[in-house]
Amino acid sequence: MSKRRVVVTGLGMVSPLGNTVAETWKNILDGRSGVGAITGFDVSQFSTRIGASIKNFSVADYMAAKEAKRFDPFIHYGVAAAEQALADAKLDITDESAPRIGTAIGSGIGGIGLIEQSRMTIEGSGPRKLSPFTVPGAIINMIAGVLAIRHNLQGPSIAITTACTTGTHNIGMAARMIAYGDADAMLVGGAEMATTPVGLGGFCAARAMSTRNDDPEAASRPWDRGRDGFVLGDGAGMMVLEEMESAKARGANIYAELCGFGMSCDAFHMTSPPEDGRGARAAMQAALSDAAVNAEALDYINAHGTSTVAGDVAESRAISELMGTAAAKVAVSSTKSMIGHLLGAAGAVEAIFSVLSIRDQVAPPTINLDDPDDGCNLNYVPHQAQARKIVYAMSNSFGFGGTNGSLLFGRLS
Amino acid sequence: MSSIEERVKKIVAEQLGVKEDDVQESASFVEDLGADSLDTVELVMALEEEFETEIPDEEAEKITTVKLAIDYIKENLQ
Repeated sequence: MSKRRVVVTGLGMVSPLGNTVAETWKNILDGRSGVGAITGFDVSQFSTRIGASIKNFSVADYMAAKEAKRFDPFIHYGVAAAEQALADAKLDITDESAPRIGTAIGSGIGGIGLIEQSRMTIEGSGPRKLSPFTVPGAIINMIAGVLAIRHNLQGPSIAITTACTTGTHNIGMAARMIAYGDADAMLVGGAEMATTPVGLGGFCAARAMSTRNDDPEAASRPWDRGRDGFVLGDGAGMMVLEEMESAKARGANIYAELCGFGMSCDAFHMTSPPEDGRGARAAMQAALSDAAVNAEALDYINAHGTSTVAGDVAESRAISELMGTAAAKVAVSSTKSMIGHLLGAAGAVEAIFSVLSIRDQVAPPTINLDDPDDGCNLNYVPHQAQARKIVYAMSNSFGFGGTNGSLLFGRLS
Repeated sequence: MSSIEERVKKIVAEQLGVKEDDVQESASFVEDLGADSLDTVELVMALEEEFETEIPDEEAEKITTVKLAIDYIKENLQ
């Protein structure tokens, strides 16, 4: 059986740099930072008091007040980004096509804020005061559920949860479902809103986050000698994937082909990668092999690049060893320098940036990279975007638990 | 202060996302106002909060129309 080819035909996003793809992408190419003080709750006792939050988002644009109050904000963000992606794709959902259209939308943590509030409800008023929507409003697969109900999407409905690789895995596995024939189109991505007392406190306790509280816009600085951990970000990214021939037949606007997907596990440590980045390299190689593309052909890599001390060096080493001498000419950047780390949404928003890098033939920058650390010798696109020919763009995600995923997008000739 | 009738209708309208004018006393939550089983649970909780009372589950199950809600509140709060 020959593999069916998969293309990207719709994009949607809610990010710390804008509540649409267009607004976010403009700010990304301008090298702006979406990081600032956390104002959603009292952070005075936390070691990290900064984050990349969503601004000026109106959930009323995407759902009725009656519905909105039941759901954790990660579902608000996810539904908003998914509605944008569906509208962008102009997908024709009919009684005939609906059973062939599915959803693969995850989150790293899910409705942690609603779960925290519910626990406080029990403490304060007793369990009888819990909303009947406590569970459906917090569980990870409910974005997929809500979208399926709204749009009559009767195909596969899944929510893969793999920490910070969630978005990447949902996109990649959904593409496999299309390639294999389980579906003809999939609404895919990830959403996250973990900037809550337990979310923030948990990452603080793991000593994973930057504590550059006095200079938030400079806190996320991948590969820079002065980096001291990641910055927590909120938001969602969604895509519409379609089988290529049917997308062409309906005259869809095709952004790029999703031509390769690879996965691996470090099998090493819960939160740290091995120094040589062998798991990252294996995922990247698997994505290239899936597409039958040589590593030398890579033009741009949207790195995982979280601004942690160990992770950034390991990923650089993995890229260098994967590409050999060709590593000298590939552009590698971390958009997390601007929007922070969106955990389960990271892979999805970064896949979108990778697709747009192909559309616009430009590599987005890594801001705050003033002084590359030892062992960081690649072209990280410091400070300013670089216009360049991009035929193949890769997006990397690596998560707690050692789980890795890489997506390879290609320009359709 | 508003009457019990008005307060119940206002809560029903808010909870079920319908116009207050559409909340007739004879209206059934499920059949006329589009509520599902979880909506009605939430509605009863909102009534409990508004009238600072507790409605036992076996009583709550019988409250299926606007009028039955108004009657229950009147009988149990006077």
